[in-house]
Amino acid sequence: MIETPNLDDADAFYAALIDAHRDFSDAQSEAMNARLILLLANHIGRSDVLFEALDAARNSVLEEHR
Amino acid sequence: MPTGHVNPVYSYRRSSDQDANAPVHHAVVVVGAGPAGLTAAIELSMRGHAVVLLDDNDTVSVGSRAICFSKRTLEIWDRCGCAEPMLERGVQWRIGKVFFDEDLVYEFNLQPELGHRMPAFINLQQYYVEEILVARAEHLGVDLRWRHKVIGLEQGADVVQLRLATPDGEYTFTAGYVIAADGASSEVRGLMGLTSDGQVFNDQFLIADIVMHAPFPTERWFWFDPPFHRNQSVLLHRQADNVFRVDFQLGVDADANDAQRVERIAPRIRAMLGADVQWTLDWTSVYTFRCRMMNRFTHGRVLFVGDAAHQVSPFGARGANGGVQGVSNLTWKLSRVLHGLSPETLLESYDAERIPAARENVLHSTRATDFITPKSRISRVFRDSALRLARRYPFARALINSGRLSTPYAYTDSPLNTPDATQFEGGPSPGNVCPDAPVRCAGRNSWLLNVLGPGFTLLAVRGAVEDGTRRIDDLTVLEIGTDIEDTQGLVAARYGMDVASAYLIRPDQHVCARWRAPQAVQIRTAMRCACGLGAGAAHD
Repeated sequence: MIETPNLDDADAFYAALIDAHRDFSDAQSEAMNARLILLLANHIGRSDVLFEALDAARNSVLEEHR
Repeated sequence: MPTGHVNPVYSYRRSSDQDANAPVHHAVVVVGAGPAGLTAAIELSMRGHAVVLLDDNDTVSVGSRAICFSKRTLEIWDRCGCAEPMLERGVQWRIGKVFFDEDLVYEFNLQPELGHRMPAFINLQQYYVEEILVARAEHLGVDLRWRHKVIGLEQGADVVQLRLATPDGEYTFTAGYVIAADGASSEVRGLMGLTSDGQVFNDQFLIADIVMHAPFPTERWFWFDPPFHRNQSVLLHRQADNVFRVDFQLGVDADANDAQRVERIAPRIRAMLGADVQWTLDWTSVYTFRCRMMNRFTHGRVLFVGDAAHQVSPFGARGANGGVQGVSNLTWKLSRVLHGLSPETLLESYDAERIPAARENVLHSTRATDFITPKSRISRVFRDSALRLARRYPFARALINSGRLSTPYAYTDSPLNTPDATQFEGGPSPGNVCPDAPVRCAGRNSWLLNVLGPGFTLLAVRGAVEDGTRRIDDLTVLEIGTDIEDTQGLVAARYGMDVASAYLIRPDQHVCARWRAPQAVQIRTAMRCACGLGAGAAHD
């Protein structure tokens, strides 16, 4: 899993990500996020990378609520 | 302990125009003596024009306001003869720290590249900047008219008629051109029925300038959601005289008057700095902001600059810096038009070059504002997730946006450029600002940006220049090894110089063409193009 900056335009991506959620209810946003993850996971394809990302995300949330 | 800064009072003086029988005519009048208007007046004055500068007040900025001035802005002011006192007084900083909740998330170091005259940024209160600019304008003989308020403006075919209100009553004069630098709520813009459009942000922010009584690090600290100011952001930034800017986000519903009371501010600052740090409150202000711009800046003989033309949020220091850089783009063009050297249509390139620059500034400052003040639950979730991940994962730091600091805009698509005809390895392509480098010139150590000519400059390696080139009017030739010495090899490195490279540089220090071993006729043609004279037959 790449941990260093890899987006060609991080600010543009971030703005587009937030904008993609505009006017959505919480339920709609949650559904969109789930679909986005599935789309990106398929694009990445490699299980080793995806499992590492799942661990990283889960651990980050666990740390926060410890 | 007050800072000791007392605003100067520039007294109103009656001008002879007020006793004239008929309206007196002035070639160029600048409205507004802020950083943009003062820079415009100084640059035009240095280019040989008599300038009248009007301001409705009689002093400099009340309060510190703009505090962060970029390398490019300082380079422009250096040409104006003003940068030295600003560097002496201003504070240089490099370390920035970003905190979230109770933790330091990461820190960055604006490690400066060596071999530039100017630092990446200095912090200096706007009142000091303006005092230095006013002194320079007075020294140059700018006709500064304080307590002159524009109350009427009528544009004819050849002149603009301005009606002024002064303590002595009203009078009228005419101007060939008017530069409107009268700020975000520009009266000139209002009188002309024009608007500046964009986004209004409802979040209120509180500025508290505090004086520290003991040494404190010269660093920029930015907190997201700190324990001492929950659900809001806070910025701490140093200025001159041991004054520190504390900028508290207050939210949409806060009571601005209540928030400014010292009893309300003090506990927050104590919680932020620790109880044992001694400080005094110097100045407070509550503000909201807009990110907006006019759809064009040139309106016949009235030319809008600075906040009058485009307004941004403070995150990224793009307000005053963008304004001064816009002025630097406009003044050499207006000077050519006033001298009758270029057609008035050259001024259209000010729009062509600076509207995209303003759009970029508005875009960056809007994005920073959206990151700092999330507008929906989901954008808060993403922001906080980026902040949580950033401690461990460097990629997430690139997503954190507490302001993308001002950088000069490259006029890559400008009609004034002559596109590259061959491949270049590195170096600034047409439209980019010139990188600085140490040089030796006329037996003295200097800087490249200090030895560029007042008009156009051809910067070339030795042997790349035809003999006839030195006879082109308004062109300074700097041949490396002949006219200047590249003492550290940094000119060659930064311009990607090879055996026959030559750069044509505009009066505002942006590249407009480059070649290998150009003929004089190619240089003349490119200069004509950059001067709005079309690509017609070159002549001396």
